[in-house]
Amino acid sequence: MNNQVEPQHFEFDAIAEADVAKEIALYPPGKQASAVKTLLDIAQRQVGRETGSAWVPRVAMDVVAKRLGVAPIRVYENATFYTMFNAKPIGKYHLQLCTTTPCWLRGSDDIVSACKKISGANFGQTSADGLFTMTEVECLGACVNAPILQINDDYYEDLNAERTEALLNKLKGGEALPPPGSTIGRQASAPITNQTTLLPANGPAE
Amino acid sequence: MAKVTVDGIEVEIANGSTVLQAAEAAGVEIPRFCYHERLSVAGNCRMCLVEIEKMPPRPQASCALPVSDGMVVHTDTEMVRKARRGVMEFLLINHPLDCPICDQGGECDLQDEAVSYGRDDSRYDEGKRAVAQLDWGPLVKTTMTRCIHCTRCIRFSTEVAGVSELGATARGESMQVGTYIQKALSSELSGNIIDLCPVGALTSKPYAFTARPWELRKTDSVDVLDAVGTNIRVDARGAEVLRILPRMNDDVNEEWLGDKSRFAVDGLKRRRLDRPWVRENGKLRAASWEEAFAAIAGRMKAVTPDRLGAITGDQCDVESMLALKEFFAALGSQNLDCRQDGAVFDASRRSFYLFNTTIAGIEEADALLIIGSNPRHEAPVLNARIRKRWLAGGFAAALIGTAHDLTYPAEQIGVGPDAITALLDGTHAFSATLEAAKAPMIILGAGVLARPDGAAIHAAAWQLALKYNMLSAEWHGFNVLHHAAARTGALDIGFLPGEGGKATSQMLQDGVDVLWLQGADELDVAAIGAKTFVIYQGHHGDAGAARADVILPGSAYTEKDGTYVSTEGRVQSGFLAVKAPGDAREDWRIIRALSAYMGHALPYDSLQDMRAHLAATYPLFAPANAFRRFAGTDTAAPAGDVSAMSDAPFVPVFETYYQTDAVSRASPTMAACIAAHAPVVAEAAE
Repeated sequence: MNNQVEPQHFEFDAIAEADVAKEIALYPPGKQASAVKTLLDIAQRQVGRETGSAWVPRVAMDVVAKRLGVAPIRVYENATFYTMFNAKPIGKYHLQLCTTTPCWLRGSDDIVSACKKISGANFGQTSADGLFTMTEVECLGACVNAPILQINDDYYEDLNAERTEALLNKLKGGEALPPPGSTIGRQASAPITNQTTLLPANGPAE
Repeated sequence: MAKVTVDGIEVEIANGSTVLQAAEAAGVEIPRFCYHERLSVAGNCRMCLVEIEKMPPRPQASCALPVSDGMVVHTDTEMVRKARRGVMEFLLINHPLDCPICDQGGECDLQDEAVSYGRDDSRYDEGKRAVAQLDWGPLVKTTMTRCIHCTRCIRFSTEVAGVSELGATARGESMQVGTYIQKALSSELSGNIIDLCPVGALTSKPYAFTARPWELRKTDSVDVLDAVGTNIRVDARGAEVLRILPRMNDDVNEEWLGDKSRFAVDGLKRRRLDRPWVRENGKLRAASWEEAFAAIAGRMKAVTPDRLGAITGDQCDVESMLALKEFFAALGSQNLDCRQDGAVFDASRRSFYLFNTTIAGIEEADALLIIGSNPRHEAPVLNARIRKRWLAGGFAAALIGTAHDLTYPAEQIGVGPDAITALLDGTHAFSATLEAAKAPMIILGAGVLARPDGAAIHAAAWQLALKYNMLSAEWHGFNVLHHAAARTGALDIGFLPGEGGKATSQMLQDGVDVLWLQGADELDVAAIGAKTFVIYQGHHGDAGAARADVILPGSAYTEKDGTYVSTEGRVQSGFLAVKAPGDAREDWRIIRALSAYMGHALPYDSLQDMRAHLAATYPLFAPANAFRRFAGTDTAAPAGDVSAMSDAPFVPVFETYYQTDAVSRASPTMAACIAAHAPVVAEAAE
């Protein structure tokens, strides 16, 4: 995947074009440049649809710059600043592993090992089959359900090594992404044990 | 106004000023890397921290903090010193301490500030950040490991130069200043980022590893590679000019300098005429001054005065042109012309050929019409001033001629004189804009005047100025933009055909028998008659010297005390920085010597005599640097038949910015620039 060459051409397709028009219209005249991040995201998703690798090639950044009437370098700055934009080709599944303290205390090292085992790739690398790209990230903001693995747009929570391997093996087998959220059936961020507050015995539940 | 006390010194400063500016007003120096007076405030280096009473007890970045009345600022407390030391330590974490091999050494802000705020050793044991080497073309050398991310270069190229090529990509420790895609900087002002860079990340590529600043002899001078009259400093060591830097002059160039003027300096060492040459049997041979003078005197005495002619070039100083003029007057010849491009127009009044609005005056204009000029190539520093005006808002520009990217929007409203006619009729769409403008201005490119219908367009442009109220007691909006540094001065001393004299075009084609070319290389030498005896006086072996029968080696602008008049009519003098090579002499002295040899000795022997004579003959040269703006009260139009304008479209004067005169044509750096910016043809086939 990483040896994929820079494409020579990019053009918004019909699906993207509809979004582009809608997003640009959100800003007052003369302030269209504000739509740069949204447009980059639209472009990245389109490339993902077309090639299975959601990244923003330079030609796409140039198209965004032209559409918004800004210098290309201003778009390059944005696209490289934000980690959600991939300026290089990427695997079909982008595994973003949180290793910040709460996740680490809850065993993120095991998740990292599991991911490395299944994908065969290290952080910053893409697996040989082009399926997985591993990225180490800082806090994903879902510490309650740590440890967290973000695959593409979705969070998979309350993981352990076993469930991580099962999840990735499913993806390897060609299955679609399962529904996101807790992998132990917890409802949202409710306590992992039973309900501990607002119990009827302590008084009337409000 | 706000009253601010800085270290016990009370100053009054305009509301909206920053604490740093208040400190400067109080004469207190505050260290800074990212802050620059002529750029937007970034506030990212954190070196300018100060302590302010009655504010949260933490250091404040003075460059980005507006003043308020009654503010009490301390710039030298323990807290400030500690904070600045901390900032310096962080800056040095990733900065390689390679001062001994860094070209910035000795003129490096970081080095200087480290003396005050640096530790004597480093507490940092980890590996330093490494970044890939970048290639920004033949002018700017990059060593990005030294970059401290002040973003001055980014702000300069985006704001002042108007070419958004530089940016900061990625983030945090991975942040890099660069172009992202590999390319040579395409701005004509790119060299200024070398001056702006507070560290050694951006240095001059041609000057790399040449000298240390303390070895250089610094001489104030005036640039002659365009007609803006940019104030420069010539840095020389021994007999060699090593580099040229801009000097600050808010009325002319602020503190910018065009790349050609800065980097063509290596052309001063190449293709030089360092001894007299005489043509014998069709071949030039080295000769002595005596032989050269004998050859000239013999030939000049053999022809009648009306068969003698002189043409001056684009870089001549006023002194040498005056000497030549008076020498020819003594010989009895009226055949003089300073317009080697063949232009013929009414130069009877100064305001007909000056940039009357003045460069600083551009900032007062609110509408601009450019006729047949590309100021970005012909006067990049002046163009930056127009861009500055445009950035301030409420400014409309239009262009008649070839469309260019001028770094500000200028609507192309025509390609030839028909657009001027339409504007004169008031039928053109841009008429309304000019009509509504309070201070409209016209820039007429000097290249236009060289057209066969130049005088007609000159007159028509004046009519436009009259029609759209550009001439009033407060405002003069008629401007001729010259690209030849010598032209205004030559017109001021009347280096023009006298009574019955011949102009450039008539002197060519066997119009004269002896033709004196004073640094004139931009004319068509093939058009000089085959039998004409050509004397070339100049410093470079260019077109004129190749055709010459006698070559008199003169001095380049860095090698003589010369007076120049800029396109806005500003009289400025440059000083001798180095001696001319070999037998070459200052130009007016050559003419003085020859005049004595031929028995018509000119009445001045020293530069003082010469200058006194100049000031006595032409009073505008009298009080040094007395410069005043003209009001447009004298509305009498220049001679020229407006109806004689042809339909031919205007064409650019220069094909390229980088090589336009004998000096820049001899410069390998300028040749490299042309190669770097050559259009790539092959790729399109894929």
